[in-house]
Amino acid sequence: MMKSNTEIKPSVTLDSSRRWLTQALLRAALVVICVVTAVFFLIRIVPGDPAKMILGEYSTPEAIASMHHTLGLDLPIGDQYLRFVRNLVTHGDTGASIISGTSARELIADRAPVTLLLIVMASFLAILLSLLLAMLAATNKDKLLDHLIRIFPTITLGMPVFWVGLLLILLFGVRLRWFPVGGVGEGWTGMLHSLILPAITVAFTQIPTLVRSLRAQMLEVLESDFLVTLKAAGIPSRVILLRHVLRNSALPTLMLLGVNISYLIGGTLVVEQVFGIKGIGSLLFSSISKRDFPVIQGIALYCAIAVVIISLLVEMASWWLDPRTKGKQ
Amino acid sequence: MKSTLLDLPLQPDDQRKSTFQTILSTPSLVAGGIMLVLLIGLAVLAPVISPYQPSEQNLYAFLKPPSAEHWLGTDQLGRDVFSRLIYAARSDLKIMVLAEIIPFCTGVFLGMLAGYYGKWVDSVISLVTDTFIAFPFYLIVIIVAFASGAGQRGIYITFILVGWIVFARVTRGLSASFRKQEWIASAQTLGLSGVRIILRHLLPNVLPQAVVVLMTDMVGLLVAIVTLGYLGIGIAPPTPDWGTMIADGQSFITTAWWLSAVPGFAVVYTGIALSLTGDGLADLWRRK
Repeated sequence: MMKSNTEIKPSVTLDSSRRWLTQALLRAALVVICVVTAVFFLIRIVPGDPAKMILGEYSTPEAIASMHHTLGLDLPIGDQYLRFVRNLVTHGDTGASIISGTSARELIADRAPVTLLLIVMASFLAILLSLLLAMLAATNKDKLLDHLIRIFPTITLGMPVFWVGLLLILLFGVRLRWFPVGGVGEGWTGMLHSLILPAITVAFTQIPTLVRSLRAQMLEVLESDFLVTLKAAGIPSRVILLRHVLRNSALPTLMLLGVNISYLIGGTLVVEQVFGIKGIGSLLFSSISKRDFPVIQGIALYCAIAVVIISLLVEMASWWLDPRTKGKQ
Repeated sequence: MKSTLLDLPLQPDDQRKSTFQTILSTPSLVAGGIMLVLLIGLAVLAPVISPYQPSEQNLYAFLKPPSAEHWLGTDQLGRDVFSRLIYAARSDLKIMVLAEIIPFCTGVFLGMLAGYYGKWVDSVISLVTDTFIAFPFYLIVIIVAFASGAGQRGIYITFILVGWIVFARVTRGLSASFRKQEWIASAQTLGLSGVRIILRHLLPNVLPQAVVVLMTDMVGLLVAIVTLGYLGIGIAPPTPDWGTMIADGQSFITTAWWLSAVPGFAVVYTGIALSLTGDGLADLWRRK
């Protein structure tokens, strides 16, 4: 690891950073194309005829033919793909819902705010709690508290997220009555209040990984020469901890969370189901039970594209912050 | 099969102690091993141990709390929760192991291909991995499991599709780093074919790490199986399954909380057993 900024590496120039950026963007674009193609083939790799799945076992051949026409399945596969991509590029849509006729994009946009709020709250809680736990573990290195916190990931690895949600409902909803047991409350405060338990549940899935890597990072800072100097200068350790250790760890935590964003979204979809929250997760399940393919495709596509964009941003941020690429100044 | 000295797996370092001694000095492996043996014992011997049939209903004794007669109480149909729990261990663990076989093999093999050959082989395999990783794990699991029909078949298809990526990522990195080392270069200069180098020399060296990952991945797979059961698109009733047990108990969470809590603890127990074993194996191989 090279940490000094004084040494200017000749290989890092404006040109090389531009080339890196182009490559990263191209790669992300290629993944997006693959994602779109995968979503398009989603209803085609499924064993059985989607039209039959929608209409039921005993549907008439005419009804099936007309459903094929509605889904565009009567066209040659190349035309179908072109139509799918064109619709996506011009309208940002994956087609109209088979059940209600509303566009998938609108249905998803309708449900997205609650899910996004839940993800943001969960990320915030995950960062806060992991910083706290990691700091406790790092400052009590090799003591009982540290060991307890380090066992934590081993125990939580096998905890199904929906089960954690149920236990939290049992404890804080049913027994203590601090939070509602399900649904989303009225108004801003009601909404935030009712989303706290689900957010803790989602955050819970991220905390073990975050704590593990944060603890290691904090120990690195705590045992560095830089910190010894600060201590020698007479700065109280509490100030050192808050000013330097915490500040050095906040950004890496956020980025680690970005790397795990895919798991975070997946967990949120399941947790919504446990708490009866009408977000993207419940839209997914209701579309699945009604076999509403365009909506299912839309959800898969938007989630995947969100993951690609966030991963790209994280990659760019970590490249930008990496001391080895900072020879520019 | 003709075997020569060349075909012995080359190993970077070759200091071996008595295997048995090393195992005993790895506490996490011993603890995880004992927990696993207990669990597998219970699952295999379920028909002998269980006091009741898992689907035997007794409508005179429903939602009973734990007692001497029913160690973990009874559910809403008066079925014995303990008997159902160990029968569910049977089905859940069996599916967990079976569903991991194909993804493990394809993942390890594709990862080695990508790492060893590099260039376009690597680019293609990496692009496929990146595409799969873009989809949130549970989103893709739920959609594929539903689409391929609820039940065990759906679970197998789902994990054949998405389960290999973890292993491919690990073995790709390892193979790429081994490729630059001398012993692979010397195997190449001796004129061994790529396939032979991969299978005979690379495989034994990437396998330990892949097995360690397998342990933690099985925990994730079990949790996914249970989650699908909970959502009603996994193992179909009447086959007992921890996930469906938790879902069934959810309606009685205010009066009979143990119905949902107990199967969850079974999953957590299995998770701890597997990850301790994984940690222990990693320790063991690191010391060798």
